[in-house]
Amino acid sequence: MTYLWAFLIGGAICALAQLIMDLFKLPPAYVLVGLTVTGAILAGLGLYQPLLQFAGAGALIPVCGFGNAITTGILSEVKRLGWEGLFTGAFELTGLGVTSAVVFGFLAALVSGPRR
Amino acid sequence: MDPKEAAKQKEYRDLVKAMEPRPSFLRNMLLAFLVGGAICLLGQFVFDFFKGLERTEAEASAITLAAMIFLGAIATGLGVYDELGELGGAGAAVPITGFSNSIVSAAMEFKREGLILGMGCKMFTIAGPVLVYGILSGFLVGLVKGVLLGYFR
Repeated sequence: MTYLWAFLIGGAICALAQLIMDLFKLPPAYVLVGLTVTGAILAGLGLYQPLLQFAGAGALIPVCGFGNAITTGILSEVKRLGWEGLFTGAFELTGLGVTSAVVFGFLAALVSGPRR
Repeated sequence: MDPKEAAKQKEYRDLVKAMEPRPSFLRNMLLAFLVGGAICLLGQFVFDFFKGLERTEAEASAITLAAMIFLGAIATGLGVYDELGELGGAGAAVPITGFSNSIVSAAMEFKREGLILGMGCKMFTIAGPVLVYGILSGFLVGLVKGVLLGYFR
């Protein structure tokens, strides 16, 4: 059942992003930033966790899940450390993703020549 | 303006209108839905695979994201992801694989401008705003929530 919801919710988030891009003629970066901030705010309101429980990867994989992960990391570190947590928490959960993107990007650039 | 000229201009305008690609909102949305949904479905399979191996759900989520980033990097290296992006639009850009694609393709493209000033500077050209505003909004949410719940003493 989670598979169905992952497909439907994940697809719906992407379709919504596409609609906003087309309607307001926005470049993708605006929509990606908007989704990330939305995910961060929903995380602060405690609404993203239920969505994750419900839609699984459908909420985890879209970029709003990235905003959620940043905020969730900050909140848990704030709970643990106080002020310091505001500055240490952002990469608590996302560090793995950012680091792997940099490493894989570097490796891909090394093995492949520039295209065209 | 003489009527002949005006008629000619109108004819031209009609022609331009007919030739212009019509924005097909529904078609774009459907494609974004299918491509994005399929990537999330794949992510769910990956997540369920790692849930059996990792101790907590948070760890399984983190590994799933890294695995999807890896898959996105491979697909980008093979040139497959760019075609997926042409087809799916936001459906390919919004999932974390699109984040990976933006970093990997920038790294590949700007390598020829040098490893430091090319690749180093421009790797995050597209992914940068997501990081900057993600961190800023997370910081603000943490600040507000920390003050409200009295975590700062």
